[in-house]
Amino acid sequence: MRGLQWFNALSAGATPVQGLPDSLKVADGQLNGQSVRFIAVVTDPNNRFPRARNGEVGLLEGWGLAKAVDEAIALGDKRPLIALVDVPSQAYGRREEALGIHQALAAAADSYARARLAGHPVIALLVGKAMSGAFLAHGYQANRLIALRDPGVMVHAMGKASAARVTLRSVEELEALAASVPPMAYDIDSYASLGLLWETLTVSQIEQPTADDVARVCDCLVHAIKDIHTPDLSGRLGAANRAASSHVRQLLREQW
Amino acid sequence: MTDLLTKHSFVELGARQRTQALLDAGTYRELIDPFQRVMSPWLSRQGVVPQADDGVVIAKGSVEGLPVVIAAIEGNFQGGSLGEVGGAKIAGALELAAEDNRNGIPTRAVLLLETGGVRLQEANLGLAAIADIHAAIVDLRQYQPVIGVVAGSVGCFGGMSIAAGLCSYLVVTREARLGLNGPQVIEQEAGLDEYDSRDRPFIWSLTGGEQRFNSGLADRYVADDVAQIQQTVSALLLQGVPQQQRSRRAEFYLARLAELDATPQIEPATVRALYQGERP
Repeated sequence: MRGLQWFNALSAGATPVQGLPDSLKVADGQLNGQSVRFIAVVTDPNNRFPRARNGEVGLLEGWGLAKAVDEAIALGDKRPLIALVDVPSQAYGRREEALGIHQALAAAADSYARARLAGHPVIALLVGKAMSGAFLAHGYQANRLIALRDPGVMVHAMGKASAARVTLRSVEELEALAASVPPMAYDIDSYASLGLLWETLTVSQIEQPTADDVARVCDCLVHAIKDIHTPDLSGRLGAANRAASSHVRQLLREQW
Repeated sequence: MTDLLTKHSFVELGARQRTQALLDAGTYRELIDPFQRVMSPWLSRQGVVPQADDGVVIAKGSVEGLPVVIAAIEGNFQGGSLGEVGGAKIAGALELAAEDNRNGIPTRAVLLLETGGVRLQEANLGLAAIADIHAAIVDLRQYQPVIGVVAGSVGCFGGMSIAAGLCSYLVVTREARLGLNGPQVIEQEAGLDEYDSRDRPFIWSLTGGEQRFNSGLADRYVADDVAQIQQTVSALLLQGVPQQQRSRRAEFYLARLAELDATPQIEPATVRALYQGERP
């Protein structure tokens, strides 16, 4: 519910965007006098796809996000896009696989990336889980990633039980390894050490943000928008825990 | 019998041989080759033996004389999973290809996708690299085609299935599988009734290359034959960028999904009927 709470708090007085699946909350509002579009994926207990009722990013969500972002691009004013990220996972199900959930998520990533290339500042604000394919579709194409500091804010490629099964480990073994290998950890501080976040913020009530919390986050969003000078993702490189990513690029350029 | 004598299997080739098979003879040049030993900095400490190329081959060369970069994932190393180094090799190569185009050099790209997606031993760095790959495909695709090939036998899953969905064109064989979530993970998350990871015919019927092609989720369906795959990729490279990207058809797919009765569990024929063909 954090995604919805933060959406409601940040988009107070904004104009809701209609014509999208009920699992998406999209509104055009103002940030420091500038028009912005807020986008969140939320729970929908009546979702026609039963595996996407708890805030997962599924078929309707992927294609719907693409539509919401494409419409913002079509407005032509390069308004910033603020993705509020609280996505527990992609939808795991037979219908989803059969109907090409990968293509739906590709559409969402495509639209966010094109918006960024077209000059829209794209910011992802992580207020809850940012898991795997769900995060790739909703947030990971942003110019700037901002996370709230809280144990409930986590980025990962797979839930612990499945990750343990796939890597043939027990959950306990997985947790022990995660504590010593930063990219495997589930906590936001380990994630921050990879250099992927532009900023982390502490708020007083993450579940139900206060007026001060909202003001602080808005201030950070405004700064993030002003900080964007290139349309690419190069701002994520440079951390010691991601040194190989820079080294490989340097070698490729030398040998190209 | 004739088939066996005249066909050469592509699926049986490793990533490096596949790449060589697609490029014009004598033009293959590998970047960050295995002798440079740029390996994963994360695997050894977890008791996994790293590989000298981290399971990804990047090669430049030409196809029909056109400048091409190929990124090939070796399905035999750690299930074709992408870690920091392998992911950065693919993303970095695509980024340089896009830069080439901005400098007037029309470099195209081919991705040979045999991958389970993120390498869980490098979890968040694999995921970040895949986001970079998505970004780079969308960028390069503005100028020149990016062609994805899923030949088998690993298939293409996880975040890299999204990469496949971003490609200008996607080529599959009967051995290919393409899906977001691996069968084991779906079974783990949703239960055996939802998805039986041991039922291979069931899985191929939903996510196999033939089904994906017949559902309009892939552009070419080819035999597991080196010559046919090479000719298909060449023709697509010459064709230029498509008129409409599949990943930009939100209105079409939302309309089709709205027509679906999602209550009963789904059958492969339902997907083909729903997605195939243009209707008024």
